[in-house]
Amino acid sequence: MNLMMLLEMVSSSFGERGALAHPDRRLSYAELFAGAGAARDAIVETGAERVAFLDEASPALPLALFGSAWAGVPFAPLNYRLSEAELDGLLERVAPAFLVTDAERARALAGRPGIFPVASEDFQQSALAAPQRERDEWPMDPDAIAVLLFTSGTTGPPKTAVLRHGHIVSYVLGTVEFAGADEGDAALVSVPPYHIAGIAALASSVYAARRVVQLPHFAASDWLSRAHEESVTHAFVVPTMLARIIDTFEAGGHEMPSLQSLSYGGGKMPLSVIERAMSLFSETSFTNAYGLTETSSTITLLGPDEHRAAAESEDEAVKRRLTSVGKALPSVELGIRGDEGELLPAGQRGEICVRGEQVSGEYLEQGSRLDAEGWFPTRDAGWLDEEGYLFLDGRIDDVIVRGGENMSPGEIEDVLLAHPAIRDAAVVGVPDEQWGEAVAAAIVLRSGASAGVEEVQQWVKDRLRSSRVPERIEFFDELPYNETGKLLRRRVREQLGG
Amino acid sequence: MAKLKAGTRLQSAVCSTEVMIVKAPEEADLTCGGAPLLPLGKDKSGADPADGADGGTQIGKRYVDADETLELLCTKPGKGSLAVGGAAMSIKGAKPLPSSD
Repeated sequence: MNLMMLLEMVSSSFGERGALAHPDRRLSYAELFAGAGAARDAIVETGAERVAFLDEASPALPLALFGSAWAGVPFAPLNYRLSEAELDGLLERVAPAFLVTDAERARALAGRPGIFPVASEDFQQSALAAPQRERDEWPMDPDAIAVLLFTSGTTGPPKTAVLRHGHIVSYVLGTVEFAGADEGDAALVSVPPYHIAGIAALASSVYAARRVVQLPHFAASDWLSRAHEESVTHAFVVPTMLARIIDTFEAGGHEMPSLQSLSYGGGKMPLSVIERAMSLFSETSFTNAYGLTETSSTITLLGPDEHRAAAESEDEAVKRRLTSVGKALPSVELGIRGDEGELLPAGQRGEICVRGEQVSGEYLEQGSRLDAEGWFPTRDAGWLDEEGYLFLDGRIDDVIVRGGENMSPGEIEDVLLAHPAIRDAAVVGVPDEQWGEAVAAAIVLRSGASAGVEEVQQWVKDRLRSSRVPERIEFFDELPYNETGKLLRRRVREQLGG
Repeated sequence: MAKLKAGTRLQSAVCSTEVMIVKAPEEADLTCGGAPLLPLGKDKSGADPADGADGGTQIGKRYVDADETLELLCTKPGKGSLAVGGAAMSIKGAKPLPSSD
């Protein structure tokens, strides 16, 4: 198995179809395939053992991804937002590496041992200028490493997640119908290349024979403009992006996007945001996807029909599913485990565990984290309802233990967010002499609204057990999120004295 | 009998069909168009698919045996049809999922 096989199948059947649209350049599937072959030659010539990609999305991105698959070396996209010192460390780890990067950095790194830098623009131009090569085999070992992703490390030092060709190809074969896209379909991709969603978007769109429209910098107004200009039919966004898109659209000046399908994931979607989005874009189908880097992207889905059923239902259990992440893909198994590793019944909170061909659960540093039966403990907490809908409830490590009582921040946050003056809230445990941990809350008020500490405490006390009332409350202008909408709980904890 | 391993690519001896093994027991008597499947790149026999084994293959479809222990992905279509131990393989029915990325 090899990612290249997916591209070859589409290129051989739909070569003339548009593969990529970027403000500077458009590519057909046949051009992408030929360019990947030329990229492969350039990579192999250097003897590099990895291909690092340190730049914004451009046509160079799929050329480098598929070129490295063809060459049989891992593709390692790096986060261009990291500090120079952090990037220096990562380059050290990927060397000897073929590095596709911006022109300035390519010049600066020329001559560095073990790094073969090339400017994205030059790489792209020479790959696309090369004559069509004869078909050549790529390695088909499913255990060969396809992608190395340096995880965000919101709770600790960064780790290198390992995704093998078998994982990603299994994910694509299990979720995407070959050439399932209609002619003219286009997916707007605004997640960065170093995020699993950016890789999955490319692999899935290619196999569906769907055109990818790249938006290298997310800004809500650009997103709406590109969606309109390119007649975009599909898009994936993280919750913070969707909130900004709605605000910007409501402010006026943008055409209604022609979106058939909008999927979202990567962080907790506030109910108010998805409800507004559904009423504003009433012709669009919504899909919530939950997955992790270590699972090659999506493992559960809440599909369009389930969104509508939940929004229209009078039944509380069905209504609530709008806040769930849906059911497991047919190709994966899901279980909720307790502290002793036992499987928990519906309704009980525990650790989300997952098993399937797409699940890697492996890091370069620590090796495989799969148990003997192949289950990957995600460290995410959640529970299943009677029909198998999964509800996320923070990270296992986020549990606050106060005087021997376990409580999940999510329950308290939901109550805080229901307060009319509160726009955003995060609850964490901070060290406490008497209780071991105390409940602390960081709160962002709506503009123009006011609420005092005591009022907020009373609000929680009226709705939850008294042990859940935050002993410490501080007001923030904004909570710290990473760029994909994940709350940086560790930083909240630090700021609240944890 | 071909040694089978996930990821291995095979081709028909009698038509343009190519497949990749998705999952398989170690050995199986795989045929396309009535003739044993060959490793990719081997010379074809030049014959036509046998009568009754000429239903054709479709690119992008996954083919399974009766108990789904063997699964092939058709990566290039052809005129022959796939069989294991003489029994025709069928297309794996999968409900399309909504696009999630």
